[in-house]
Amino acid sequence: MSRFLFPLIGFVVLLGFLAFGLTLKPSEVPSPLIDKPAPAFTLPQLANPGETFSPDAMKGKVWLMNVWASWCFACLEEHPVIRELTTEHGVPVVGLNYKDIRNEAISWLNRHGDSYLVTVSDTQGRVGIDYGVYGVPETFLIDQTGVIRYKHIGPVTHDAVRDTILPMIRELEK
Amino acid sequence: MIPEIGHFALILTLFVALAQGGITLAGAARGNATWIGFARPAARAQFSLVAISFVLLMWSFIVKDFSVSYVAVNSNSQLPWFYRMAAVWGGHEGSLLLWLLMQTGWAYAVSLFSRQLPDVMVARVLGVLGLVTAGFLLFVLLTSNPFERLVPAPMEGMDLNPLLQDVGLIFHPPLLYMGYVGFSVVFAFAIAALLAGQLDSAWARWSRPWATAAWLFLTLGIALGSWWAYYELGWGGWWFWDPVENSSFVPWLVGTALIHSLAVTEKRASFKNWTVLLAISTFALSLLGAFLVRSGVLTSVHAFATDPRRGVFLLMLFAVVVGSSLLLFAIRAPKVGLGGRFELFSRESLLLVNNVLLAVAAGAVLLGTLYPLFIDALGMGKISVGPPYFNLVFVPLMVPALLLIAVGPVANWKRAKLRDVLKQLNLPLFVAVVAGVGVPFLYGRWSALVALGIALAAWIATAVVMGIFKRMRATRSGLLAQPRSWMGMHIAHLGMAVFVVGVTLVMGYETEQDIRMAPGQTVTAAGYELTFRGVRSELGANYAAQVGDIVLSRDGRQLRLMHPEKRNYFFSEMPMTEVAIDANGLRHLYVALGEPLADGAWSVRVHYKPFIDWIWIGCILMALGGLLAISDRRYRLKRREKRTAVIAQEAKA
Amino acid sequence: MKTRHKRIALIAGGLAVLGVATALVLSAFQSNLLFFFTPTQVAAGEAPQERAFRVGGMVQTGSVRRVGDGLTVNFLITDTAKTIPVSYTGILPDLFSEGKGVVAQGKLGPDGLFRAQEVLAKHDENYMPREAQHALDQASKTSDATRSQYP
Repeated sequence: MSRFLFPLIGFVVLLGFLAFGLTLKPSEVPSPLIDKPAPAFTLPQLANPGETFSPDAMKGKVWLMNVWASWCFACLEEHPVIRELTTEHGVPVVGLNYKDIRNEAISWLNRHGDSYLVTVSDTQGRVGIDYGVYGVPETFLIDQTGVIRYKHIGPVTHDAVRDTILPMIRELEK
Repeated sequence: MIPEIGHFALILTLFVALAQGGITLAGAARGNATWIGFARPAARAQFSLVAISFVLLMWSFIVKDFSVSYVAVNSNSQLPWFYRMAAVWGGHEGSLLLWLLMQTGWAYAVSLFSRQLPDVMVARVLGVLGLVTAGFLLFVLLTSNPFERLVPAPMEGMDLNPLLQDVGLIFHPPLLYMGYVGFSVVFAFAIAALLAGQLDSAWARWSRPWATAAWLFLTLGIALGSWWAYYELGWGGWWFWDPVENSSFVPWLVGTALIHSLAVTEKRASFKNWTVLLAISTFALSLLGAFLVRSGVLTSVHAFATDPRRGVFLLMLFAVVVGSSLLLFAIRAPKVGLGGRFELFSRESLLLVNNVLLAVAAGAVLLGTLYPLFIDALGMGKISVGPPYFNLVFVPLMVPALLLIAVGPVANWKRAKLRDVLKQLNLPLFVAVVAGVGVPFLYGRWSALVALGIALAAWIATAVVMGIFKRMRATRSGLLAQPRSWMGMHIAHLGMAVFVVGVTLVMGYETEQDIRMAPGQTVTAAGYELTFRGVRSELGANYAAQVGDIVLSRDGRQLRLMHPEKRNYFFSEMPMTEVAIDANGLRHLYVALGEPLADGAWSVRVHYKPFIDWIWIGCILMALGGLLAISDRRYRLKRREKRTAVIAQEAKA
Repeated sequence: MKTRHKRIALIAGGLAVLGVATALVLSAFQSNLLFFFTPTQVAAGEAPQERAFRVGGMVQTGSVRRVGDGLTVNFLITDTAKTIPVSYTGILPDLFSEGKGVVAQGKLGPDGLFRAQEVLAKHDENYMPREAQHALDQASKTSDATRSQYP
């Protein structure tokens, strides 16, 4: 074998590691909350601050909690996907409006459509911290017994709905 | 409409680039003059199209068109206009467009300054460059379109990262990219030579100015980045061995090896395979840097937005470009002759040792940078490699390399006599010992590392000055009459000495105090007194600042007022430290505000940095040396001779 | 014959440099690799006592306390499951704040207190609230137009 092949061989080994590195995503630390009960909270509803909402109300259902804010561009991007989940697949989605200003959040929903079952205001971001929210948007899948089963980081995509979220929901609903 | 035109221009460029790559390379292979002739106009067309696209993106920033997603994310209506223009390359998509502009710009430059080259060679070089451009264009168009619209458009943009709102940002990325991308020209020359099977001195002579030009831009880019981090991050450090920094430093090390190796290949026709391999490696490492920075496989203090699709695409691009080049190398290299012979002690050998040292140092830095990734890939946990690793490995490898800087230029090609060389180095050795022992005593604290660093710097500087004087005496001519490439080498070496002085003294004698300061309190640093008068509020264009008033005095005599700031940018709500620096060329006094404490007191960071300017002055000198070298008459003379020869030949035919 | 000797000498020289470099790398790795642990791992006793390491998580809201002259800061790092007390003397980075991502580098004392020599506020470690959307782009490198809230 020619010694001039060594650089190529070394390069291929390096490529292997780099390709593997791509699958690792060092920035994606698994949430310690998976398979733990969803932290309880009671927050005022966005549309109707006199009334409150707490996750207990969803007992017996498989549902999603979508963390969003009007200042978040990626939320705008995932918004049609959320609508598709609620209208076409009948999944109940609760919005957690995170560190937002109420008027801006309401006008954002008016402008882009509101398909949430209900949206609650986490103005201070306290509930977000309980849920270990790293950024916006994030989406939690919670089962009938109130246990977090899955967390989607970043905007929900069609692929994620088709390949992960819907199959998990169907499985849990069995 | 404007953004769509920009996008369309990019799509057109892709077709031109692909056509250029295909047609000219095929033309060169088949000797078809018409196809070969396509190379130059195509390069011009690509540059014009990308320039149009670039200007249109800048236009969108100037008119605050927030319907363009990239503009909305990276600017804001209150951002001053010059930052809005610089914001074009403040994010991922725009910085790639800048990369493309430079890629096509370099290709255009090749088409302009290559009149003396055979047309076939130019066609091959531009063809390879066209294919590289096409790869990056595909990347931009498929994963990172800067012209993507955001519907509905937001009323207001999110603002540019406050860290980037600085003159450093305006110039740092362009210089760095000029360097990275410039090495693609050298790479293209190497591939063209391999394709043609003509790896000779002529090839080395053509490549040399391009390699030096790319190297000088990279040098300036890295230096500016270091300077920017020094005063903008507010930590007082000038180099962090951060993965992002390393990914620009590794190509620099290999590029430095390359320009030395090219010298041997041009003068003595030796090291041809090694030089080709270095030319491929330098560009490969630039690509690797781009991959590491943009794919998110490494975490860094400098953080990046990442997207798995981008990482996959960049890795594929990297694999195709470098893999095919190394395969070509493996096929063609065995047929390349050995070139001029040389004795064990000769300038060739010394340069070879220099090359080995630089390459090994680059390998060690790369290993330290990628090691966390390897460990993670092998499932052995998450780790990070700290700066001490790099210092421990890098410094011992550089000491012999620095020693050789003085030896190489006085050794003869082919065969050098040890006794002659040593005779010329008596004076440098003497000066080095005196300076190495003397300087630590001047500072009042002995340190072996300082002594070594100063001795090395004095050794190099004395040898450079002696070399210049000897030559002036021998040729009986003035400083300006010396060949520029020869002067360039010496200036760059002198720059290295200046750099070493800076690094040594900063590391040996800097002081750092983090203290609490109440209004009226005084602290001393290196014989200066700094009195804290308190903090007041001020309003900037897009931020609110708390400005500290600190009186700098010496022996009770007031020298000046210093104003470190703590800024809060409105839109990103991000706090930023703006340091205050008092510089006089021999030292910096560096003051940064920490946090407010009780009773109007603040935590304050006070640094004393002796000779830190010399680090960047050294880099500027190195770049200046490079500039002198490429402006040498030699390259232009060759051109004219060649041209007359070609014309004579054509006349005969 | 002579050329052959020269060649051997050159190769031996190159190998010597490589050997020295390898030795340097190995010895430097020995003492300068910093392992990363989460508070949960530290609580489970997986982290070493004598050796420096890094711990990362979020600064627990309401946990930051200044002691003494104000330069020493005590706070808790949490991964929402477990917390670890940290003490640091010096100036904290700009981006350090309660409820945000942080990485501390230092040693764990026998009393369970983590004494940090260095504190990095890193937003690429995921926590990206509104205040720090742009911290991602620090080095003028990249920003993702549509997903800029995410690393």
